[in-house]
Amino acid sequence: MNHYLSVILFVPLAGALLLLLVPKQNEDAIRWIANAVAFLGFAISIPLWFWYNPQSGDFQFIERAPWIPSIGAEYFLGVDGLSTLLILLTTMMGAIAVLSSWTAITERVKEYYIFLLVLQTGMIGAFMSLDFLLFFLFWEVMLVPMYFLIGIWGSANRLYSAIKFFLYTLVGSVIMLLGILALYFYSHSVTGVYSFDVTQFHKLMLPYNLQWWIFLAFFLGFAVKVPMFPFHTWLPDAHTDAPTAGSVILAAVMLKMGTYGFLRFSLPILPDATRAYVPFIAVLSIIGIVYGALVALAQKDWKRLVAYSSVSHMAVVMLGMFALNPVGITGSIIQQLNHGISTGALFLIVGIVYERRHTREISEYGGLSKVMPVYAAIFLIMTMSSIGLPTLNGFIGELLILQGVFTYSKLWAAFAASGVVLGAAYMLNLYQRTMFGKVENPKNERLTDLNHREFATFAPLLILAVWMGLYPAPFLRRLETSVQHIIARVNTNYPAPAAGATIEAAPIATITPGQTGGGTAGTPGGQ
Amino acid sequence: MPPGISGSDFYYILPELVITAGALLVLIADVALPRSPRASHAALSWLTLAVIGATLASLYPFVNTRVEVAHGLIAVDRFALFFKIVFLVAAAMTVLMSIRYLEVEGAPPGEYYFLILCATLGMMIMAAGIDLITIFIGLETMAISFYILAGFIKPNQRSNEAAVKYFLLGAFSLGILLYGMSIMYGLSGTTGLRAMAPILGGQARDPRLVLAVILVVAGVGFKIAAVPFHMWAPDVYEGAPTPITAFLSVGSKAASFAMLLRIFLEGLPSSSPDWKLLFAMLSVVTMTVGNLAALTQTNIKRMLAYSSIAHAGYMLIGVVAGTARGVSAMLIYILIYSFMQLGAFAVVVLLRRRDVVGDELKDFSGLSSRNPFAAFAMLLFMLSLGGIPPTAGFMGKFWLFGAAVDAGYVWLAVIGVLNSAISLYYYIRLVVFMYLRKETMGSEPVAGPSLTFALVVAVAATIVLGIYPRLLFEVAEASARTLGIAGSLNALR
Repeated sequence: MNHYLSVILFVPLAGALLLLLVPKQNEDAIRWIANAVAFLGFAISIPLWFWYNPQSGDFQFIERAPWIPSIGAEYFLGVDGLSTLLILLTTMMGAIAVLSSWTAITERVKEYYIFLLVLQTGMIGAFMSLDFLLFFLFWEVMLVPMYFLIGIWGSANRLYSAIKFFLYTLVGSVIMLLGILALYFYSHSVTGVYSFDVTQFHKLMLPYNLQWWIFLAFFLGFAVKVPMFPFHTWLPDAHTDAPTAGSVILAAVMLKMGTYGFLRFSLPILPDATRAYVPFIAVLSIIGIVYGALVALAQKDWKRLVAYSSVSHMAVVMLGMFALNPVGITGSIIQQLNHGISTGALFLIVGIVYERRHTREISEYGGLSKVMPVYAAIFLIMTMSSIGLPTLNGFIGELLILQGVFTYSKLWAAFAASGVVLGAAYMLNLYQRTMFGKVENPKNERLTDLNHREFATFAPLLILAVWMGLYPAPFLRRLETSVQHIIARVNTNYPAPAAGATIEAAPIATITPGQTGGGTAGTPGGQ
Repeated sequence: MPPGISGSDFYYILPELVITAGALLVLIADVALPRSPRASHAALSWLTLAVIGATLASLYPFVNTRVEVAHGLIAVDRFALFFKIVFLVAAAMTVLMSIRYLEVEGAPPGEYYFLILCATLGMMIMAAGIDLITIFIGLETMAISFYILAGFIKPNQRSNEAAVKYFLLGAFSLGILLYGMSIMYGLSGTTGLRAMAPILGGQARDPRLVLAVILVVAGVGFKIAAVPFHMWAPDVYEGAPTPITAFLSVGSKAASFAMLLRIFLEGLPSSSPDWKLLFAMLSVVTMTVGNLAALTQTNIKRMLAYSSIAHAGYMLIGVVAGTARGVSAMLIYILIYSFMQLGAFAVVVLLRRRDVVGDELKDFSGLSSRNPFAAFAMLLFMLSLGGIPPTAGFMGKFWLFGAAVDAGYVWLAVIGVLNSAISLYYYIRLVVFMYLRKETMGSEPVAGPSLTFALVVAVAATIVLGIYPRLLFEVAEASARTLGIAGSLNALR
């Protein structure tokens, strides 16, 4: 149990090292090993769901060891509800991404799976690090494998897209590094201890000016990753040119790095600055919601459309988060998971037809529901999930976010709602153009429906979409204390969680109308 | 025995004596060995490695020593020790790289190895010197060896050009440096840095001292290839034999930084506001110009030359910080830089074959399929030079920028990180050639055992120091603390 997180963290890396030993001609062996490792990685992370104790507000499964003692850096892992869910999302999407690549990748197979598995370790590590330097290390480790995934196995414009992705993210994150250093030295000047311990940073109270600057530095790092308008321009290119698995990982997990960064670091460490930045972030988010959706409406390229829908959806996530109330933040986290599930699935869906037809032009398709009924059904469910139809996961997230945002500002809520409407417009439009009507393009007449492997990549996503749509309580319960901790730092209108308090009220109650912004059981919301 | 120099002084310069004796031994062996080129070459390279090994071993008794010997000409302390280890490791790597290179180029090995040892001796004296005279003698010993080594491939025009350029500009810059030093002597009446510090402390704003500082900065700036004194570097790096380029860009640069730290932190701490400003400006233009110029290079040696100029700019950040943390960050960076830079040049050496010069970007096309290990190694070195974790280069840069933030130079750190983002563009471009382009003609690029060994060492260091740099951080901090008169560094903070 003691090294549980390390095991989750290093299984993919160990798999990558194992793959190094396999001769590159044995492509099938490589595929089997990679799939086994990725599946194993997912399987061993599942107990995290059960073993994580949602009642305790502390970080759990802590692992600490000195790393660079002379500067106070530690190998410090631990999870709370937020990271638990994101880690599970990561391991699951990792396994799905590996499985989805079986026939799509035929060149340089060995390198491909090695990069994919190394990327996996980087992402998991970022979600579990509680040492800021260690976090940054994992954060940057993700860049190189993703660069190669886009650059080697991508489509037409891959070199341009890959370097654009790389440099954008890099510039943002090196500035963030300076913010980390400023925080580190300030923390030493107050506590007398050199440390990158995030849990200690959560207790610091920095002077407002310093907070403001550090927030800006963090913002540049995280906002590029989210990506927020106007830092989003790398995303459509990277998504469009990445191989399917790359897009899936990018959308489902890597974008969450940015929002996770805000939730784990910016909000609780820099509460005053966070409040000061709310209008700024809200405006950028609202622009992102509307702009992303409008641009998505105009796309002729299937994958680009999904990419721009990501910009819009992630902006909703940011808006919900910066409502700075429990409902908004909970909704924003749930919506991150939803976005991972639905957008991940949508990229898989594009990947399926791209593998068969080698084109992403929407106009090349039409009437696919006749030839690929199962595929069309899954696409329909995921479309509904993406636009937030009740009984599916997207609804819960959007409802919570709208509720949280509404509490903060009715105007914002109107804009957030417009994102939902526009989202329905471009998604249904896409669905109608590709799936309905007659099969007019003769090349589409012989398309085969999903095979078992392809269906297997969707199965967990479908189950989750329905589960979270019908019974989100287990997810909400796991988030409750984590959200309370963030709120307690950033918004003093909500009472701090009582030590050892047990949460008994059904968490679903938080989304009943009329109880605006109620965090813990029965606490009144308020401004 | 001259008056004033005692037997114990000789004991303290044991490592220098060992390497001097070893160098002479190599020269004698070159004449004595039978003229069968292959066998004698192998024997000479092994002998050189043995000399370097013996010198390293002779450093051991002085691990905890901290004394001034020969009446304050030389300091034996951790700071000098740290640099001596860097020089010797760099020299050993250079020898390992040279074995096949010399065969391909058909150059005589005897004098070559002798000169490498001489250059190393010069560097060691530079790092240990706490007197302007000692430092200058070390510098000359090193510089003259390098002038010859740069032009060592006699039939090659580029090599000749490199040597002439390096010699002329080098001599000129040494003159400037010497002029600055003479003013320092004139103002203080002593050449000893530690004796000079309190005397010059009273006249920090003396215009003559300011002039001296400017002249010394210019002289040292030439040696570390800081902009605007960098013009020689690309041509010399390109023309010199590749292993010598590697040694020049690592050993000579590290030694010059050691000299710089000695002169400015031990001799001129009082005028630090002046030279800090100078070095801050130098640092900014050096990293910016170096990186921007590197963007357009198509020759890998020139690209690495500009990259090495940019790295001098990063290292200067540590000098500007001027704190013990800044110095220790510099030491860390210099060691890490040595491994990644030597490693990168080792890959360039590997590409040198009888039918291929191998120093153009396009020569790296498809390397990942022809020699996956070399390509992977180069990938690591490029990422490390660019400062991407989990490579060592990240740890080095991170702590350098940390020192700058700590010392209040946030703006300098911002320029530094933006520069390292720019630099990634050209480092990655090389990776694109290796991994994303189709292979080119020419015989298979295969490394011999010695070159492979050098590569493995560099790769291992780049990974280990990137993931677990604990020991390096501790050693560097201890070494930085021995620099200067006790407490002067703290006084600077």
